[in-house]
Amino acid sequence: MAHVDTTHAPPEHEAAAHPPAHEEETTTGINHRKLLMWVFLGSDCLFFGSLIATYMVYRGQSIVGPYPADIIDVPITTVSTFVLLMSSFAMVMAVAAARNGNQKRLVQWLVFTIILGAGFIGFQVYEFNLFRVEGLRYETNLFSSTFFTLTGFHGAHVTLGLFWLVCLTIIAARNPAGRPSGLDVDIAGLYWHFVDIVWIVIFTLLYLIGGFDAGPDAGHAAMQGWQWITGIFT
Amino acid sequence: MVTITGVIPRPTTYTGLWSWLTTVDHKRIGALYGFTAFFFFVVGGIEAGIMRLQLATSDASLVSADWFNAMFTMHGTTMVFMVIMPFGATFFNFLIPLMIGARDVAFPRLNAFSYWTFLFGALLMHAGFLIGQVPDAGWFSYANLTAAPYSTGQGLDFWALSLQVLGVASLAAGFNFVVTIINMRAPGMSLMRMPVFVWMTLVTSILLVLAFPIITVALIELTADRQFGANFFNTSAGGDPILWQHLFWLFGHPEVYILILPAMGVVSEIIPTFSRKPLFGYPVVVFSGIVIAIMSWAVWSHHMFTVGLGPIANSVFTITTMLIAVPTGVKIFNWIGTMWKGSIDLRTPMLMAIGFVALFIVGGLSGVSHAVSPSDFQQQDTYYIVAHIHYVLFGGAIFGIFAGIYYWYPKITGKMYHEVLGKAHFWLMFIGMNLTFFPMHYAGLNGMPRRIYTYAEGFGWEGMNLLATIGYFVIVISLLIFIHNFFRSIKKGEPAGHDPWDAPTLEWSISSPPPAYNFAKVPVVKGQDAYWITKREAAARGETVQGEPHVDPSTIHMPSPSYWPLITSFGVAWLAGGLLIDVGWDYIRFPVSFVGGLITVIGVIGWSNEPATAEHVEAEGHH
Repeated sequence: MAHVDTTHAPPEHEAAAHPPAHEEETTTGINHRKLLMWVFLGSDCLFFGSLIATYMVYRGQSIVGPYPADIIDVPITTVSTFVLLMSSFAMVMAVAAARNGNQKRLVQWLVFTIILGAGFIGFQVYEFNLFRVEGLRYETNLFSSTFFTLTGFHGAHVTLGLFWLVCLTIIAARNPAGRPSGLDVDIAGLYWHFVDIVWIVIFTLLYLIGGFDAGPDAGHAAMQGWQWITGIFT
Repeated sequence: MVTITGVIPRPTTYTGLWSWLTTVDHKRIGALYGFTAFFFFVVGGIEAGIMRLQLATSDASLVSADWFNAMFTMHGTTMVFMVIMPFGATFFNFLIPLMIGARDVAFPRLNAFSYWTFLFGALLMHAGFLIGQVPDAGWFSYANLTAAPYSTGQGLDFWALSLQVLGVASLAAGFNFVVTIINMRAPGMSLMRMPVFVWMTLVTSILLVLAFPIITVALIELTADRQFGANFFNTSAGGDPILWQHLFWLFGHPEVYILILPAMGVVSEIIPTFSRKPLFGYPVVVFSGIVIAIMSWAVWSHHMFTVGLGPIANSVFTITTMLIAVPTGVKIFNWIGTMWKGSIDLRTPMLMAIGFVALFIVGGLSGVSHAVSPSDFQQQDTYYIVAHIHYVLFGGAIFGIFAGIYYWYPKITGKMYHEVLGKAHFWLMFIGMNLTFFPMHYAGLNGMPRRIYTYAEGFGWEGMNLLATIGYFVIVISLLIFIHNFFRSIKKGEPAGHDPWDAPTLEWSISSPPPAYNFAKVPVVKGQDAYWITKREAAARGETVQGEPHVDPSTIHMPSPSYWPLITSFGVAWLAGGLLIDVGWDYIRFPVSFVGGLITVIGVIGWSNEPATAEHVEAEGHH
């Protein structure tokens, strides 16, 4: 291993000092880090599952307004959803570029993914602020507490992903010689797609289905269905 | 960004304090977990002692009602999250790489991060004592007792945020061991050749990974309610306190198996070794463990029979709870079947393992008795429940842990423990345990509620309580013998040799204590009970198997020590601790907490820019 004078090390030398970790042999053939990401995503399913369950249990239970129908804007969130889904497309292209070793394309698609992801977060900041102005604060009612917690933690996941992608972009821009590896981008891609999929569930439940709930007695078809089922037995 | 690695030079020392702070060696991390868990075992034990002294007689006034609340809350929280779970982690860390023939875990630095985060979380939880803000709403902290108007002071905030930190530690460890066991097995070590302890670790780790996010969400909601005015458990805004119970027990019941499955794994290693027979029905034991893990997701509401969920829910959960006793019972028959016609050697680990089986049967039977929901209506919130939980967690988990400590003591330290002292420890702990917890069945059925700080004369509870308090001191004496035996034997114990028990698993094929690199040559596994096979084949050739000779460690590629796990853990704890700063002016805690977040981010960046093995080590390795 060459000794590198780190005080004046230009980026090329650093690439030599930190070669991409040689792929360790594993029992399953799946890389350790990739398997770790899959296990983490399994865990994160339960995290979002619990938050979504909380939202659904409290759906239509708020005593005071504003209620979802007063405030949820489905068309504009449809646009932001589209933006986020397109970012997943850009991420796929970035992963493909990294696998083919096309560093220039990789940087381009990563930047594109970041712009779309940041656009989604921009929409969310706008939405949260609008809700605040219209009188829906975190402590207003059950709807606001559950809504802001669930979508806020999703937004935090997207923000973390953006931070990660920015790091990868900087590394890719400074290392024409093949860092980050295809695997590095692949793992970030897994995370990014997962966060997108979670948003599809959130968008469906909180906007397309729950977004039209008005007042305490509206909706809650699920609970009525459950009461019908239990009614058979009692 | 890359330059950040250069800010702090890589630690290079392998001795002294710094080597322990920066270690990534799974065996050293296991030792750290073990000593920390034992320390908190003493802390939780002292809390139990205060309760037992208070309850020894009627109308006692050793502590106030408020302090009694704090004691039972911290006793439960400590024993579950800071004693039994990290004792499990002790065994996972020390044994899993050795048992599967690996040189370390999949992510050695993540492993160090788990330990430090656990330590800081535990210290943060206990920091509340320093300012008199101790959690006091029970270890499951039911809403809406925990709401800001009913739990004034910061005790519950310490509880919630410290548990989040402990959760981060557990999740990181869970991820690490799932990947390690799936991905780092030696050639030939197929899943159905893994020792049962490895299987139980895999199952436990999967449960950890899936159960902890649920308590994370519950604690987020609790913290949001208390600190940011959210309405999750606020009944006046339509919130439902029962949601907390569902979330807590949906986590809490898998958690029960997270506590007991490692002990079952330990016992499944010890009983075959000291019966001189392979485990009876190995696949059945493995699948029972898996079935228990799956079914543990379908029994949570048996903690909530008296809540009023209705006859359907109560019936369903009665049935599922009775069903989960079946795979547990199957395991017990397998252990008995292993001992049947075996040539049993009653050394201390075996006594502890048999103690586990016997006491766990008692705890399991009382468990089935309150699986029946009408019967549970009589038992809910009485000392009968206290007796049950201590038979499964003390009689079960703690006996399993001590069985493991004695069994692997020669491997970990290279010395033999004192057998007579070990047996004295077992018998005193066995007698003391039953003296303490068996009378609680009667006290509970005679109507003594749990969590009361004192009781009036004339209910007929005095005798049972006095017996329990006497039993507590018998347990204390047994533990003093253990501590003496532990440290005495490190100094004066006989050298143990590499395989004192003629054991079946791979960790016994290397020297005691194992060298840093574990296996000089990665072993090839030919079947279940791999080391027995090796020894039998050698015996057929007329040879005896020697422990693996030591090699020059610099020829083996090993992960290097690192500061980053410690720094990152510190950041996580600071992030949580910052939110607890209460100086009257609310806006100081967010900036302070933000600094913690910044430290975490710097730690993660430094970590990811640092190669797992330092260059100079690698360079030497190529000479």
